[in-house]
Amino acid sequence: MKRSILSAAKVIRSKNSGPYELTLDILFKDRAHFDLFRRRNIVTKSKIAALYRRPVADILKIVYFEPSNALKITMRRPIPSGNAGETDIYGAQQHAPLLSLTY
Amino acid sequence: MAAKTSPKKEFRVLSATAILGYGFPESSFREGMKRRPDLIGVDAGSSDPGPYYLGAGKSFTDRSAVKRDLRFMLTAGVRRGVPVVIGTAGGSGARPHVDWCEAIIREIAAEEKLTFKMGIIYADIPKARVRRHLRKGEIVPLTCVPPLTEAVLDESVNIVAQMGVEPIQKALAAGCQVVLAGRCYDPAVFAALPISLGYDPGLAIHMGKILECAAIAATPGSGADCAFGRLRPDSFVLEALNPARRFTKLSTAAHTLYEKSDPYHLPGPGGELDLTGCSFTELPGGKVEVRGSRHVETERYWVKLEGVRRVGFRTIAVAGTRDPIMIREIGPILAGVEAQVRDLLKAEAVEGRITFHVYGKDGVMGALEPEHRIRGHELGIVIEAVGPTQAAADSVCSLTRSTLLHFGYPGRISTAGNLALPFSPSDARMGEVFEFSIYHLMPLARPADFPARVVTVRG
Repeated sequence: MKRSILSAAKVIRSKNSGPYELTLDILFKDRAHFDLFRRRNIVTKSKIAALYRRPVADILKIVYFEPSNALKITMRRPIPSGNAGETDIYGAQQHAPLLSLTY
Repeated sequence: MAAKTSPKKEFRVLSATAILGYGFPESSFREGMKRRPDLIGVDAGSSDPGPYYLGAGKSFTDRSAVKRDLRFMLTAGVRRGVPVVIGTAGGSGARPHVDWCEAIIREIAAEEKLTFKMGIIYADIPKARVRRHLRKGEIVPLTCVPPLTEAVLDESVNIVAQMGVEPIQKALAAGCQVVLAGRCYDPAVFAALPISLGYDPGLAIHMGKILECAAIAATPGSGADCAFGRLRPDSFVLEALNPARRFTKLSTAAHTLYEKSDPYHLPGPGGELDLTGCSFTELPGGKVEVRGSRHVETERYWVKLEGVRRVGFRTIAVAGTRDPIMIREIGPILAGVEAQVRDLLKAEAVEGRITFHVYGKDGVMGALEPEHRIRGHELGIVIEAVGPTQAAADSVCSLTRSTLLHFGYPGRISTAGNLALPFSPSDARMGEVFEFSIYHLMPLARPADFPARVVTVRG
């Protein structure tokens, strides 16, 4: 049975990286979970694109950062921060779709 | 700038708080002063609060809070002869922001009887200069940013460049006790002085990158507490100044991820911080030692420009609904209201844009929201109207509110009014609306040459 990302991660967050990009961080509980996710390539651009209903080309980068057992996803913001239709100026509440990831 | 000499054993930096005006416990600041810092620094800015503050020339932090933080920093720094450096004055670092912060500093100097030499550095870039580079193809958009056009440049206001360490070094070399800088690369506040004393730029900038957020990088993290850094010839050590916090390997490394697109490569003025060879080691007493950070200079010196343009004025109204039929029909109802309002506005020749922020549906995530069911028993609705004048925005907001309040929809059983309005007056003017228009790189031939003046502040 698949397990929830919540059993592997201790921090899941989102934030602007400048006004034009949104960055999502998953900090794993330990090195073992970090290694498992990296080895099995569980988080892919197409999976993130589907979760956020964006074209795959808008998912710019997925980077593994060993010093903090972390995975970082950077995507194009649907609109620049503060443009017409903005809902979250800081981009700090865009993480929830990641909570449905399983492994 | 002074000639580079071999650095002494340790350069000590007290970072007061994550953003000037966010506050810090007096006890933490005193702990920091006990450690005899060589520099007191604070980052005062961010583009996070959005385009309004740069455009309107206003601070996103409160004046009395900024004054309180600065009073501690200036009195301690001036009386003990420790340089005080403030970066991105007033939150966005354009001239009105710098002027605002200068006035606060002068008030404190008068009240505390402090006399000192102050360097004030402006980050504003004249449009003519941007245009010259634009015509030569030298204005480069950052990721996801459209190329700059002359039309957009014409509409833009308060264009600033993120200065690097060089203008701050110049002011310190001129003997300034206090440096007040406009828009500034955050780490430069902390890295300028040690780099001119001969310390390694990679380590100095990486330490500055962490100290600019002060205790946010500690655990438990806080945006309202001090942090202390010791820069050494081949490493730097971070220390929390509050017994409730400590730096750990993980808290420090995790902070390196924060608000960045790529944690291994961090671009800044004139170069890039390369953290691929970086290591974090915990020391006793809640400290962390960092090694291996490298600064790689780029062939040309580039700075980041920021600018915004005004797109109109905003008026909003906050409302809610508790009616299950209205909640079920909310999509078609709002579309119907907007169509009806549009017709009326067209007849009156009033321009404006209407946006409904529907909390309980997709008010937080908008286009990114994957969940389409509404499961709550009530919805919050913020009516947002933007028009070319404040009066137009008022008209659009008022008309949309009254139309939604009495809109007849299929299946409606509550016919006295569709909205619960919490406030009288129901509509609030939000003032000017800006959007980011410039977020581009521009080459700089002489990175130290930002307009600056040196003044003597007499208390």
